[in-house]
Amino acid sequence: MATQKKTKKVSGKSPKSKKGHDHGHAEHGHVDYITIWKYLVVLLVASVVGPMFEIQVLTLITAFGIAFVKAYLVIKHFMHLPLEKKYVTYFVGTAVIFMLLFYAGVSGDVMNHTGRNWSNVAAKQETERALKQLEAKPHGHGDGHADKGSSGH
Amino acid sequence: MKPIATTRSASGTPTGRLAVWWVIASEIVIFGGLLGSYIMHRLGHPEFGDYASHTNTWIGAFNTLVLLTSSLTAVLAHQAAEKKDGEKAFQLLMCTIGGALTFVLVKSIEWTIEITSGYTITTNAFWSFYYTAAGLHALHVIAGAIIMSFVAIDARQGKELQRVELVGIYWHFVDVVWIFLFPLLYIAK
Repeated sequence: MATQKKTKKVSGKSPKSKKGHDHGHAEHGHVDYITIWKYLVVLLVASVVGPMFEIQVLTLITAFGIAFVKAYLVIKHFMHLPLEKKYVTYFVGTAVIFMLLFYAGVSGDVMNHTGRNWSNVAAKQETERALKQLEAKPHGHGDGHADKGSSGH
Repeated sequence: MKPIATTRSASGTPTGRLAVWWVIASEIVIFGGLLGSYIMHRLGHPEFGDYASHTNTWIGAFNTLVLLTSSLTAVLAHQAAEKKDGEKAFQLLMCTIGGALTFVLVKSIEWTIEITSGYTITTNAFWSFYYTAAGLHALHVIAGAIIMSFVAIDARQGKELQRVELVGIYWHFVDVVWIFLFPLLYIAK
């Protein structure tokens, strides 16, 4: 326990340590990278197995929730983002915020096919056509032939 | 005379490493825009689920394992570089390059199967997104492998060992992008 506490302290300081090479990070030897990799592999297995149960909530958690956990582990332990100066986190975070702003601004027009004063006729027709086609051949999954729907809109 | 990126640290972060983080910030906007567009189309077009059912989850999972493992060897190379062990850093970077080549090889086999089955970039919007996103990512894998080979050769001679970390940060980012591409293209069916 005492060793664990000491380890955390070391990983917390870093930038001005003289132990690392000239880039300024503390030595990362205390992080067991192989253990992190094992966690990542276990999470990968869970993300593949979870959706097999075909329960929507479970799929969302195992496939997408786990993706965020895996990304967190890689960013924290492999990229060492927490050891960088704070402003690095801020400008990388700003890029993520730009992405979210883009999504918030545009998604309403793409995810819906009709609005109060507008209608995306092409997208609506394409979805209806594709769904009708799928209903006509319910066992069409994985038949090895292309279903040449054209989602042009 | 050494390049300024390896000697200057005006902002408290070595310029070379700061540059890599800037590259990553711009890549977040590129991949984020692409993935964001895909997600909104996926949610607006229920038929995408059926189109996605033709992608091979096992191939995607295998490639995820390959990239996660190559990230491990990249970070171990960084650790070796910190200990000034250029030879070990070289060997570990070569393992990472091996992972990159495996990834590209598997991807090319996968695409060959899909294209010969009739699923091309013009088949429908799902496949357009699929080939654009996976293709852009694969280009990053190839670029990373090429850059890493130069860094590895220098590392073997004990030169510019700080670059091992820089190329590693980029490589982990490529891994993170795939971590999100995998469920979007292979699991959400």
